[in-house]
Amino acid sequence: MENNLSLRGYLRKDGHKGIRNALLIVYLVECAHHVSKEIAFHFHGQEVQVIGFSGCYPNQYADRVMNAICTHPNVGAVLLISLGCESFNRKALLENIRDSGRPVNTIIIQEVGGTKKAIEAGKEWINKTIVEINNVESVKINLSDLIIGTICGGSDATSGITANPAVGHAFDFLVQNGAICMFEETGEMIGLEDIMSKRAKTPELAIELKNAVEKAAVYYTKMGHGSFSPGNADGGLTTIEEKSMGAYCKSGNSPISGLIKPGDRPNTSGLYLMDVVSDGDIKFGFPNINDTSEIVEMIASGCHIILFTTGRGSVVGSAISPVIKICANPETYDRMKDDMDINAGKILQQKATIDDIGHEIIEKIIALASGKKSCSEELGHHEFILNYKNFEPIGPSCLTI
Amino acid sequence: MNKLIKIHPNDNILVITNPIKVGDKVEINGQFVTYNKNIELGHKVAAKSIRKNELIIKYGVPIGSAIIDIETGDHIHLHNMKSNYIPTFILDNQFENGK
Repeated sequence: MENNLSLRGYLRKDGHKGIRNALLIVYLVECAHHVSKEIAFHFHGQEVQVIGFSGCYPNQYADRVMNAICTHPNVGAVLLISLGCESFNRKALLENIRDSGRPVNTIIIQEVGGTKKAIEAGKEWINKTIVEINNVESVKINLSDLIIGTICGGSDATSGITANPAVGHAFDFLVQNGAICMFEETGEMIGLEDIMSKRAKTPELAIELKNAVEKAAVYYTKMGHGSFSPGNADGGLTTIEEKSMGAYCKSGNSPISGLIKPGDRPNTSGLYLMDVVSDGDIKFGFPNINDTSEIVEMIASGCHIILFTTGRGSVVGSAISPVIKICANPETYDRMKDDMDINAGKILQQKATIDDIGHEIIEKIIALASGKKSCSEELGHHEFILNYKNFEPIGPSCLTI
Repeated sequence: MNKLIKIHPNDNILVITNPIKVGDKVEINGQFVTYNKNIELGHKVAAKSIRKNELIIKYGVPIGSAIIDIETGDHIHLHNMKSNYIPTFILDNQFENGK
């Protein structure tokens, strides 16, 4: 495989390149959700997706993530649906999207005269805008234009032996070829603080990485959410270090270039750790209530594609950026083939090496960046969730370049 | 079918990819090891002899230390290794019968 692949993408006015051209319908409070769904219903099978924020109260984090998502390179246009009296700063969001060069419009349900009129206005705008965004300039892209994230969900005893190390191999290849890669879930790195901080590009970053894991350890302990359960030992895991390594090996062996928080977009090629645990006192419950909230945060930090490893068999995909489902367990794969892009379980059957599956992952990334759909895209999965959280900005030593 | 996989070249353990049954004879590091218990997928055996206090290496990094001498092919779990980070919490009645 070489770096100069003839992949095609969409050039945005900010210079970033997308591999999808989604039209987003964004509800700015739960009260506007139904109208958004009804509008989207008329465009079933097209690249029209519904996302939103349910809360009526303002939250800086949700605001930042929503702004980042709506100006993501995979997004072509945005229709904002507001009830009218919620506190989301829709005017600033609209201006930000407009400044990014994308078609954008706001429909305020209370002002246009209720549900029916809002749906009609939305349909009309999308009919017109879809034609417009289909004319966005298509350009050649390289692996070095891509940002790739990874998470695991529905893990079992096979995850840490097959799919996760294979993602690590793929990550090493991507970083060597100039891509940006990111991994997360600092709560699953407890016991690895020293091992991980040795990979930091600078001594200052090493301290930041350690602090991020320690913050996660404190947070999870306070939430009463122990990391090592007796079930883990049944599956053959003996120590917390071993369990953490099973998830952490997705990051591969590249040096770590930075520590970011949701919404921070790295600009330089390399490997980044995303800190997903809220800062300050425990406020809004569990840091991430499900896999989708982790996927959304990675997309807010620019991810074009998410590598999702699963043993038991998750079916989720995502709005905005395609998800590659890498199944660790061959039995799960046989049972849930339609949902799985890659069968890493072949490693257990001695039909493939970890390296072979790493190559399959790269080939799948190239296929998706050439316009092919992932399994979850074919099946119409467009999960999205955005919650309340609290983050301080990252410190000056978190980015090494 | 081969039942073991080495995840990283520097590892001193092998991971079981197909369950080992009583009576299975498996070649490890040039010697044949016969098993007198079942060991499940995902568990570990020694790729070589490991002395007490030596680090157990998986994924190329230490995941704990041996608390007794371990011979090639031995099942490695809570009975012969420990975390170097925090003790592993388990329920009293677990890990009998080779589990």
